[in-house]
Amino acid sequence: MTVQLDRRTFLMGTGTALAVTTLPSPARAQGKPVRIGLLTVKTGPLAAGGIQMEQGTIRFLKDRNYTLAGRKVELVVADTGGNPAGTKTKTQELTERDNVDMILGPLAAFELLAITDYTAQAKMPLLSLAAAEDMTQRRPNPYFIRASATSSQNMHPLADYAAKELKFKRVITIADDFAFGHEQMAGFQRVFEDAGGRVVKKLWPPLVTPDYTPYLAQISGVDAVVQGFAGSNPLKFMKQYKDQGLTLPVLGGGTACDDALLKSYGDEAIGLISCSFYTGDLDTPSNKRLVDGMVKDYGNIPGLYAAGLYINGMIAEAALEKTGGKTEDREAFNRALRAVSLTDTPRGPFTFDRLGNVVGAFYIRRCEKKGDKLVNTTIKTYPKVSQFWTYDEKWFLSQPVYSRDYPPLKS
Amino acid sequence: MNLWVVLAVNSITLGGLLFLLSAGFSLIFGLMKIPNLAHGSFFMLGAYFATSLIARGFNFWAAALVGGLLVAAFGGIVERLILRRLAGAELAQVLVTLGLSFMVADVCLMVWTGDPIRIDTPRGLRGATSLLGLGFPTYRLAISLIAVIFAAALWALLDRTRLGAMIRAGVDDPSMARVVGIRVSRLFTIVFCLGAWLAGFAGVIGGPILSVYPGLDQEMLPLALVVVILGGSGSLLGSLVGSFVVGFLYNFGQAMFPELAYVVLFLPMLIVLVVRPQGLFGRQAL
Repeated sequence: MTVQLDRRTFLMGTGTALAVTTLPSPARAQGKPVRIGLLTVKTGPLAAGGIQMEQGTIRFLKDRNYTLAGRKVELVVADTGGNPAGTKTKTQELTERDNVDMILGPLAAFELLAITDYTAQAKMPLLSLAAAEDMTQRRPNPYFIRASATSSQNMHPLADYAAKELKFKRVITIADDFAFGHEQMAGFQRVFEDAGGRVVKKLWPPLVTPDYTPYLAQISGVDAVVQGFAGSNPLKFMKQYKDQGLTLPVLGGGTACDDALLKSYGDEAIGLISCSFYTGDLDTPSNKRLVDGMVKDYGNIPGLYAAGLYINGMIAEAALEKTGGKTEDREAFNRALRAVSLTDTPRGPFTFDRLGNVVGAFYIRRCEKKGDKLVNTTIKTYPKVSQFWTYDEKWFLSQPVYSRDYPPLKS
Repeated sequence: MNLWVVLAVNSITLGGLLFLLSAGFSLIFGLMKIPNLAHGSFFMLGAYFATSLIARGFNFWAAALVGGLLVAAFGGIVERLILRRLAGAELAQVLVTLGLSFMVADVCLMVWTGDPIRIDTPRGLRGATSLLGLGFPTYRLAISLIAVIFAAALWALLDRTRLGAMIRAGVDDPSMARVVGIRVSRLFTIVFCLGAWLAGFAGVIGGPILSVYPGLDQEMLPLALVVVILGGSGSLLGSLVGSFVVGFLYNFGQAMFPELAYVVLFLPMLIVLVVRPQGLFGRQAL
């Protein structure tokens, strides 16, 4: 299809454009569009989440007709390639060449760590899903906010639920052997043990593990298994778990049974209990709009990556409204971002704490089969969960950061 | 006690899958001296093809055969159009096949998206079989059996048939083979297609265990390399033994020394390379 551009339409077009841009309007601070940079991953093993991030962002901007607080929005999408060096390069391009006003993303913690110093220096607001604990704890970046969850923020409520409602006493944890896995399981352990439970063994398969059977062979003598896998690993793990004939209940974090993963799962996921900041069945107008829009545009129900970016879009919108659409004063815009407090979002109401991390609802879901489809049914909501759970912030921050060996196992 | 039995049986079943994966690599590398770094991509492509075929109503085994054939056809094209021009240039072959694997990964991402796709375990092989009083996944046991059958069939093909004799002649002395009327170049295409078919087939067979997702290619390739280096290139027996050795190293290593999972897997390979560079069953380096 080609667009015929004759002189008349050209003149009319420019005329209208001129009229619009010169028209004084209180809602519009300036004619220049807001530029939003999106750092995502569209190639390699992390691509599934990255593509969903882009879909969520575009879905949000379509909902707003690419206009936020009266200003047009331009989205600049950059593919980091899923590695720190690529992320650094793309961040510099977005900042210095594309002159974006804020950056959404990146996806992974190691990508985030590669750019945090640079973005802080450049005073570039960063709205990311990356879960690395210390980014909002002991090493905060004043221009970084996280509306999703820290690694352990999903696991604290899950551990509480496992100990108090499911009455589990002894569990074995198994998670990817990298920071996200370590932090998740450490968070689970602290709350579970404080509630009287006991983590008897922690298993750490390498991130790239084709076969989990050597680990599965070591699972016995407990009430349940807690898994903290991400990407496509939860799928592989659950399949092999059931094939091996294991029947112990399985609990998992936000990435273990993400809604976007449900279409890839088979019956082995039935009964899997997970905790996430996002759940597809949340009954809010904005979530309905998100789910319907994603199904219409992409034929997919959204998971945490799409929802997370949709929510980041809403945060940007709220902050822009507060500054009257202005972004030149980076400090003021950043303050506005951190002061955002929303009630109707796809994850429910939330605010930010002083370190820029979300305080919001977390949902315990059980995977069930309805018709021939798997769904996550919310069975309990923990409202206003902070990254420090119920612990005192000062005490929490005085402890070592969650890691592979901290807290240590009680032996 | 039970743990050791479970690990031993798991080692054997993983070894079976590794043999299917590495036999094709060993065949191509041993006979044609091509280090085919796109082998993992062939594996992944086979699995992806199978998901599409199964979605179109093929049963699992038919999808495995056809998926393998599609990969074989792709392998044939690669050999005819590219690798043939680079005969003897190992560095160029390494770079070309590595580049090819990146391209295949991107195309797979475009066609099948980044979402992981699971392949159902074929009917009849679901569930567990009781063995020594313990339950083991039936499908995994079946894979070991398939691996042994394949090993025997490949051995018979290379050692007992006219085609096999021609291939061996073409490998040992290509110019002499040409003189006696063997079309060496066509033979090499056949060998390459066969290797690609084996990889594609293995991808489908591994699908129900591994599921299919971007990055699967890069996960499997190193395992194939370790098997072939341990066992020795060009030796089917070497591939078979190497696969089971890696199967045992992997299972017992991960269970006993979880911190050193990769050391346990790769250190024996290093030792073999130093002590016996041609591998346990490899022929003397030429």
